[in-house]
Amino acid sequence: MNSRKIKTWAWVHKWSSLVCTVFMLLLCITGLPLIFHHEIGHLLGTEVEAPKMPAGTPRVSLDRVLDIAKSKHPGRVVQFVSQPEDDDGLWFVTLTPTPQATEDFKSVAIDARTGEVLAQPKFDEGFIYVMFKLHVDLFAGLAGKLFLGFMGLLLLVAIVSGVVLYSPFMRKLDFGTVRREKRPRLKWLDLHNLLGIVTLVWLFVVGSTGMINTWADLLIKYWQHDQLSSLLAPYKNEPIVAVNERASVQRSMDAAMQKTPGMKLSFVAFPGTSFSSPHHTTFFVRGNEPFTSKLFQPVLVDAKTAEVTAVPKLPWYLTALLVSQPLHFGDYGGMPMQIIWALLDIATIIVLGSGLYLWLKRGNPVPAPPRAAAHEARVSGGTAQPEPAPAMKVQA
Amino acid sequence: MKQHQSFRRMWGWPIALGLLTTFGLISALFSDGGLGDVLAWITLGIPVVVGAWYGWRKAPAR
Repeated sequence: MNSRKIKTWAWVHKWSSLVCTVFMLLLCITGLPLIFHHEIGHLLGTEVEAPKMPAGTPRVSLDRVLDIAKSKHPGRVVQFVSQPEDDDGLWFVTLTPTPQATEDFKSVAIDARTGEVLAQPKFDEGFIYVMFKLHVDLFAGLAGKLFLGFMGLLLLVAIVSGVVLYSPFMRKLDFGTVRREKRPRLKWLDLHNLLGIVTLVWLFVVGSTGMINTWADLLIKYWQHDQLSSLLAPYKNEPIVAVNERASVQRSMDAAMQKTPGMKLSFVAFPGTSFSSPHHTTFFVRGNEPFTSKLFQPVLVDAKTAEVTAVPKLPWYLTALLVSQPLHFGDYGGMPMQIIWALLDIATIIVLGSGLYLWLKRGNPVPAPPRAAAHEARVSGGTAQPEPAPAMKVQA
Repeated sequence: MKQHQSFRRMWGWPIALGLLTTFGLISALFSDGGLGDVLAWITLGIPVVVGAWYGWRKAPAR
């Protein structure tokens, strides 16, 4: 690679990373506790769990569950009901003032066997909530998400340009060389290169899946427009089915589950909410295999008749979104994987921090002019390389 | 020949670590507490160990 090309790539690397570094540091730091949010929830006692009961204990009707939840919050409507992946003895009912998407929601956790209200967890306060919001949207809604997504894109550019620059930097060095005995800047440069190349694929995957996740809201909107609108054409212009006109939700669920044998219910979206249509209660079921359990299958049930209207296949972009989630969260391989995620996250923090340091120290007077340093290195017989390609220094 | 050797010297480790990471990220997707998870811990753990080893050690081993 000639020095002109190196210069260009160095410019790309410098600016793409400079712009996103502060946000990436924020994402790495807030992401660290999020890797362990279940465990932290356990410690803080905010994680709701259903008491153990023998398998096959009869369950109360879902209609009853909804009534109990509504009695806790009269005047609100049920937007979603969900079941944790690992605990079907529990229902989480989400109630809001209207079916519109909102930040104002109440949650009621109800025992699926007894109908007992186990807790009214507050998902909109506390340490994990603050970390989550800072990580996802900087408390700025969709705009915040898309902004962070753009920062993620810059990170990907920084990673690619960093890989291109790896070779001129490492040409004369063995893999993993860290020149500690020389100036600190050299040591941090070597650590930056080492940890950068070691975490390369992981960070690229976590960065790109994070970016994809910022588009979730838009992808779902597009899906409704793209696929559901034709399915729902017969119901066009009908108002949201009123609560007193709705058929039994339990009966609707039974119908949905019958259409999807071997699947498990994940969550239910009620008419008029962002995951459903005005005329349907939509049941999202997941598979039983390790891989298919990460994918959802929507089942649209007519809210008035409790008959299944359609079981539309999930489009590729939502499949991609759903697969990208575990790859971003690192929650799909047990505790050892979470620990590896945390260690790689810390390594990334070092890469970001050292990159910033290298930029801040760019103007540092060097003890010996580059030519002499090169000479010295050759004389001392080391594999050491003169400090970055001279072009880099000019640029950096 | 020389070109070939220098390519391997520069990119051998990065490519090996990248492939291990890729394998680990995918294998755990198709496993639920089984062999795939264990393979993922090993293959994703190796880059972490390599980074820590070279990053931490005091004097270069030569």
